[in-house]
Amino acid sequence: MKKLPLRNRSLALLAVILPLLALFIYVALRSGPLAPVAVTLETVEAQELRPALFGIGTVEARHTYRIGPTVAGRLARLDVHVGDLVTAGQVLGEMDPVDLDDRLRAQESVLRGAQASLREAEARRTHARTQARRYEQLFAVRSSSEELMTTKRQELEIAEAGLASAREALEGARSSLEGLVAQRTDLRLIAPADGLVAARDVEPGTSLAGGSTVLEIIDPASLWIDVRFDQIGAAGLAAGLPARIVLRSRDGRSSSGRVLRVEPKADAVTEELLAKVRFDAIPQPLPPVGELAEVTIELPPLPEAPVISNAALRREGDRIGVWQVVDGGLRFTPLVLGASDLEGRMQVREGLEAGDRVVAYSEKPLGAKTRIQVVDRIPGGPR
Amino acid sequence: MISLAGRDILHAWGKFVFTGLGLGLLIGVTLVMAGVYRGMVDDGKALLDNSGADLWVVQKDTLGPYAESSSLNDDVYRSIRAMPGVARAANATYLTMQVRKGDGDVRAMVVGIAPGQPASTPGWPPYLVAGRQITRAHYEAVADVASGFALGDRIAIRRNHYTVVGLTRRMVSSSGDPMIFIPLKDAQEAQFLKDNDAIRQSRRRTAANPVFSRPGQPGVLEAVIASQSTNAFVNTVLVRLEPGHAADAVADAIRRWKRLTVYTRPQMEDILVGKLIATSARQIGMFLAILAVVSAAIVAFIIYSLTMDKIREIAVLKLIGTRNRTIAAMIMQQALALGVLGFVVGKISASLAAPYFPKYVLLVPLDSIAGFFAVLVICVLASLVAIRIALAVDPAEAIGG
Repeated sequence: MKKLPLRNRSLALLAVILPLLALFIYVALRSGPLAPVAVTLETVEAQELRPALFGIGTVEARHTYRIGPTVAGRLARLDVHVGDLVTAGQVLGEMDPVDLDDRLRAQESVLRGAQASLREAEARRTHARTQARRYEQLFAVRSSSEELMTTKRQELEIAEAGLASAREALEGARSSLEGLVAQRTDLRLIAPADGLVAARDVEPGTSLAGGSTVLEIIDPASLWIDVRFDQIGAAGLAAGLPARIVLRSRDGRSSSGRVLRVEPKADAVTEELLAKVRFDAIPQPLPPVGELAEVTIELPPLPEAPVISNAALRREGDRIGVWQVVDGGLRFTPLVLGASDLEGRMQVREGLEAGDRVVAYSEKPLGAKTRIQVVDRIPGGPR
Repeated sequence: MISLAGRDILHAWGKFVFTGLGLGLLIGVTLVMAGVYRGMVDDGKALLDNSGADLWVVQKDTLGPYAESSSLNDDVYRSIRAMPGVARAANATYLTMQVRKGDGDVRAMVVGIAPGQPASTPGWPPYLVAGRQITRAHYEAVADVASGFALGDRIAIRRNHYTVVGLTRRMVSSSGDPMIFIPLKDAQEAQFLKDNDAIRQSRRRTAANPVFSRPGQPGVLEAVIASQSTNAFVNTVLVRLEPGHAADAVADAIRRWKRLTVYTRPQMEDILVGKLIATSARQIGMFLAILAVVSAAIVAFIIYSLTMDKIREIAVLKLIGTRNRTIAAMIMQQALALGVLGFVVGKISASLAAPYFPKYVLLVPLDSIAGFFAVLVICVLASLVAIRIALAVDPAEAIGG
C-alpha cells in the first residue's frame, strides 16, 4: 500500500480535527449553564371568562327518620328490610307488649264494673227522687211529718252525689283504658312518611333502651349533596347557581343540579365553606347515601378582559407577574390579577394589554439577563 | 523550522486520532462523574429553590421535612403568619412513595401544596414546561417530566385518582425522585390514610372495646370512630419573609415564641448537602479520585508506548546530532496534543451523554476548565517518563537494531 502524500495526510487530520472542534464549541455553548433557555410564548388575548368553583361532598338525605321505641322494651317483630319502600302510616314492626294486653283487659273489666255502678246509682237516684216527690205531696196535705220529708230529700241528694261519683268513676276507667290503648298503639313502629328503609339496626328479640334507633328511613326524593368548598377562591358561591355533579361510582357521567343554599356557618377547622346542592333529577338507581361526589359550580361569565394562563405566572422577590418579551429581551411585568377559571386562565386587571407576548413555559427559572430561545415546545418535555 | 511533533503526528495520524478518542472517552467518564456529584448537590438546591421558601418551620427538634419526618398541626401556619416579618406562610407535606399509573408505578415525591394563587404561595412549582397549574382543590396533579407521565394521564395515589394537568422540569427530591404536586387536603389524606382493610380492622377493634360501646350510649362509638379518621397534620410550614427582614431574626422569633424548630436557607442547604447526601458524595469523590489516577496511568502508558514505538527514529535523530531539547519538546508537544484532543472528545461525549442519565448530571464550566488543566498536567508528567527513556537511548541502536 502506498502511503498518502504528506499534504493529503494533513488534510485528513484536519478533516477529523475541525469538525471535532466545531462540535466542541457548539456543545460548550449550547448545553449546560451557558446555553440559552428554551421558552414558549403565549399571546395575551381579551376573552370572556367563565369562572367556576370546584368542591367535593357526600350524598346525604335531607330527611332521615330514625324510628324506635319511646320506652325501654324488647323488639317483638320487624316486618321490613333494608331497601323496602314504605308508605306513611305503615306498621313496620312492634315492640313486645309484655303484660300490657292483660292490663288492657283488666281495665276493660273495670270499665264495665263502673258502667254497672253507674246503672246502680241511676236506679238509686230514680227511686230517691220518686220517694222525695211523694213525701213532699204527703207533707203538703199534712199526712206526713216534715222530718220524714227532709230525710227523703237528703236521700235524693245522696243518691245524686252517688250518681255523679259513678259517672266520674266511669270516665276515669274509660280514660285509663284509652291510655292503655294509646300505649299499646305506641308499641307499633309506624312510618312517619313515605320513604326507603336505609338501615335496620337491630333484630327482633333485642332489648332496647327508650329512644334508641331500630330503623332508619330516608326520603329518596330529598337526596342532596353536602358540598365543601375551600374558602380560598370560593367567592361568588350563592344559592341558585347551576352545578354539575359527578358521583365517584359514575365517573365521567355528570348530573345537573343547583345550589340550594350556602350554609351560614363555615367550617373553621378545615377552612371550607359548606353548601347544599340538589339534583335536578335524582339519578336512578339511587346513589347510596355517603357516596363521594365532585361538584362544579358555574359562575356567571365575566366581561371580556386580557387573559393569561396561570402557568405564565412567576414570582420575582415579592412581586407576582409575568416575563414579557419586549424587543427580543425579557422584562418582568408585575400584574394585578382578577378572577380565574378551572381551566387555569386568569384575568389581568392591570399590567398587560391584549396582544402582548409573555413567556408561558420555560425550561429553567428566568431572569432579566437570561438569553432565551423561543420554541414551540420545551425539548425533553412531553412527547 | 519544521515541527517535529506535527510531522510525527501526521506520519501516524490514524493511530494518534484513535488513541485520542480512547483517551477522550475516559476523560468523558471522569467529567460525567464530577457532573453526577454536582447534579446531586444541585438536586438538593433545586428542592429548596422550588419550594420558594425563606424559612422552613418543622416539628421541634427534627431535621424535617426532607431529611427527617416532621409533623405539625395544620393550623400552626395561622399563628406563624401573624409573626412580624412573615409575608406568607403555607402548609406543605412531602412524602416519597410509589405512584401508580395503569400497571406500572413510579417512585416519586408527592408534595401537598396549600390552596392559593400560583407563584405567590410557597410550595407551588415556580414554572412549568407544559399544561397549567392546579385550579381545583382536589384530584389534580402537576408532575415532573422525569416521572414519565403526560398531560391528561390518570394516576393513582393511595385510593384516589388524579388527572395530570401540568408538567414541570427539574422538580426533584434530594434523592432525584420526580415530584408530583397535589392539593394539600388530598396529600394529607394520602399521607395518613390507611388502606380500607386497616380502617375496617380499626373500626372493629374500637367497637370491641367495651369502653366505647356501652349500652344506653349509642352515639359514643360513632363519635370515637369519627375522631379516629381525621388528620390535621402537615410536615412543614413554608415561610416567605417580607422584604427588609433578616431570616435569622424572624427564625429566632418563631423558635422563641412558637417553640418550633426553624431552618433558614443556609441551614437547610447544610442539612441536605452536608447530611443527606454526604455519604453518596464521598462515594462519588472516591470514585472520581480513582478515575483520575487511572486516567493518569493510562495517559502515561500511551505516551510511553508511543515513544517506544519510535525509539529507532529517536536514535537516528540522536545519531544525526539533534539536540536533546528538540527531542524532549517533540515528545511533550505530542503528549499535550493528545491531551487536548482527549479533552475535546471527553467534553463532547460527556455533554452529549449527560441528558441520558437517569439522575441529573450537571456539567459546570469551571469543572471543565479545571479538568482541562488537570489533563495537561497529567500529560506533562506522563511525558517526563517517556522523555527520560528517549534521552537515554543509545544512538548506536539506530544502526545496531
